[in-house]
Amino acid sequence: MSASRPRTLFDKIWDNHVVERLPDGTCILYIDRHLVHEVTSPQAFEGLRMAGRKLRRPDCTIAVADHNIPTVGSRIPADIKEEDSRIQVETLEKNVKEFGVPYIPILDKRQGIVHIIGPELGLSLPGTTIVCGDSHTSTHGALGALAFGIGTSEVEHVMATQTLLQNPAKNMQIDVSGTLGFGCSAKDIVLAIIGKITTAGGNGHVIEYTGDTIRALDIAGRCTVSNMSIEAGAKAGLIAPDQTTFDYLRGRDFAPKGEAFEQAVAYWKTLPSDAGAHYDTIVRLTTAEIAPMVTWGTTPGQVVPVTGVVPNPADETDEAKRAQLQRMVDYMALTPGQAMQDLVIDVVFIGSCTNGRIEDIRAAAAVAKGRHVAAGVQAMVVPGSGLVKFQAEQEGLDRILLEAGFEWRDPCCSMCLGMNPDKLTPGQRCASTSNRNFEGRQGPGGRTHLLSPAMAAAAAVTGRLTDVRQLV
Amino acid sequence: MEPFTTLTAIAAPMPMQNIDTDKIIPARFLKTIKRSGLGIHLFDPMRFNKDGSENPDFVLNQEPYRKAEIIIAHENFGCGSSREHAPWALLDFGIRCIIAPDFADIFYNNSFKNGILPIRLPRAVCDQLIDDSKLGGNARVTVDLARQVVVRPNGEEIAFDIDPFRKHSLLNGLDDIGQTLQHDKSIDGFEARQRQNQSWMPSTTAA
Ligand code: SF4
Repeated sequence: MSASRPRTLFDKIWDNHVVERLPDGTCILYIDRHLVHEVTSPQAFEGLRMAGRKLRRPDCTIAVADHNIPTVGSRIPADIKEEDSRIQVETLEKNVKEFGVPYIPILDKRQGIVHIIGPELGLSLPGTTIVCGDSHTSTHGALGALAFGIGTSEVEHVMATQTLLQNPAKNMQIDVSGTLGFGCSAKDIVLAIIGKITTAGGNGHVIEYTGDTIRALDIAGRCTVSNMSIEAGAKAGLIAPDQTTFDYLRGRDFAPKGEAFEQAVAYWKTLPSDAGAHYDTIVRLTTAEIAPMVTWGTTPGQVVPVTGVVPNPADETDEAKRAQLQRMVDYMALTPGQAMQDLVIDVVFIGSCTNGRIEDIRAAAAVAKGRHVAAGVQAMVVPGSGLVKFQAEQEGLDRILLEAGFEWRDPCCSMCLGMNPDKLTPGQRCASTSNRNFEGRQGPGGRTHLLSPAMAAAAAVTGRLTDVRQLV
Repeated sequence: MEPFTTLTAIAAPMPMQNIDTDKIIPARFLKTIKRSGLGIHLFDPMRFNKDGSENPDFVLNQEPYRKAEIIIAHENFGCGSSREHAPWALLDFGIRCIIAPDFADIFYNNSFKNGILPIRLPRAVCDQLIDDSKLGGNARVTVDLARQVVVRPNGEEIAFDIDPFRKHSLLNGLDDIGQTLQHDKSIDGFEARQRQNQSWMPSTTAA
């Protein structure tokens, strides 16, 4: 491969991490950072133990428990009531000791959802390869890292070899231009993108998000966009590092310090895609296509502007697709043609690795301030990490939210997937800032509408899906 | 991973199509933290009654098949989930080889990763082997991976196909990790270069 060929950001990171290209084209790819959590690691540690292997690079690995941690009451592992959850957390704590893995304990202020704390602690750096046994690892691409989720066998493979066997992906460019409209946020951008390209649109690709709309986003917003790359079917999402990225990383706990930071920045500046680099697929959006969005169906691609209506499956000509849409309408208990804003909400969840950052909580609090959660609605705010929670309390956001009738909880994945006790009951309708609205994702029989933090807060105070632009 | 060379063992007949991963190990056992110990739940829906007692009609509850190390089945074995609990459960029970007309792709790949040999043979041959397996007594099937043959109890040999790379891995007990570790020198070299060229790269133990 000639070095003078114009390359994309993805090409550059890839080329820089190929340890060896095997005869069949498969590459041994070096992994700079391995993030480990309690759900997908136990069998991998057990595999190492059974084979008598060591963890190759504990100094490139870091572990945290996030999926199973309660958001109210005691956070001591032995107090976790659900046996499966408790065992997973206790097993992680045992394994990190045995294998010498750096670990952020649950009671540490820096504990939180792995995809929140990676960027927040400066663990996720431009130009690096980052993996985790979790599909939303794509989040870290917001900093210009090649970050993707892996299965348990691969977790073990990384532990033992600090590499993965990989085949290159295709390059996809998604370019967003224009000034984001009033009341719109990064979540609306990514929902609009998935609505446009569908949940299979990114299959086989790594997406690079470009354009002035993306450049104008802060790191939190970029994380929200990159987080949902996986929902578009992509292997990973990437945003080229720029001054916003460097300013964000400077001084963070694990980021390089002093002279090393300047060296790093000099390298990071070489990473953005070259002019004329080849993308296999290019998609363009303008902000004219982006309004405050909300999903109506059971995939993130079934999305409409909040001012829109539930589509009619009968309008679909393909029979299989029509049946699928009908199933969604039925599961979500909707009527074709119904205005989205007529849908009455039971639960509001603000949190997750998509929207559990301080910026998200500020956006929710701005809408909640001086208002009150509607009667009959349970609204919870779950910060993505201990540091987010602390920062929000410094700013008094917890008080604004509590006074407005929101619950203010401790950090965890929480109702994003209902592995801890925070679950929907059958039939409940939830306005959620998370990333997946699959059947039963937030609890069996639960109905999920994905939206931005400001839109979630608007739904909480009115008791139905609401155009946040009417409230701010 | 345990090498697979030759295996002479009792074969259990399971003349069914679409034995899916939920039949092999139901989802409710997937919350485990282990890959060992799943054998007691292998084929749970067919193997046990609702009250937990053994279903005497199920083949693995019968002699001599309790000690089976080979399963012979019909089309599309292992369809369903991509999780690796199905091969883990089979291996933990003691199954090292499955013979069927075809397999679900992911299960087929996952089997090799875990040291189980899946063999594709035509339906008529599978049916013949199923009849053989019912002879009882000392009827044993031999699988010789190096020579790529299945040997019937009567001594007749049946050839099978296998990808040379996978054959090599199984014969030598090399899982993906074992394969990659053969490139250890390259990985060392990469790390040395990275230490030099990107000395700014911080450690996760640093903060
Ligand atoms: S917040 Fe949700 S999507 Fe993110 S890591 Fe946790 S469970 Fe997965």
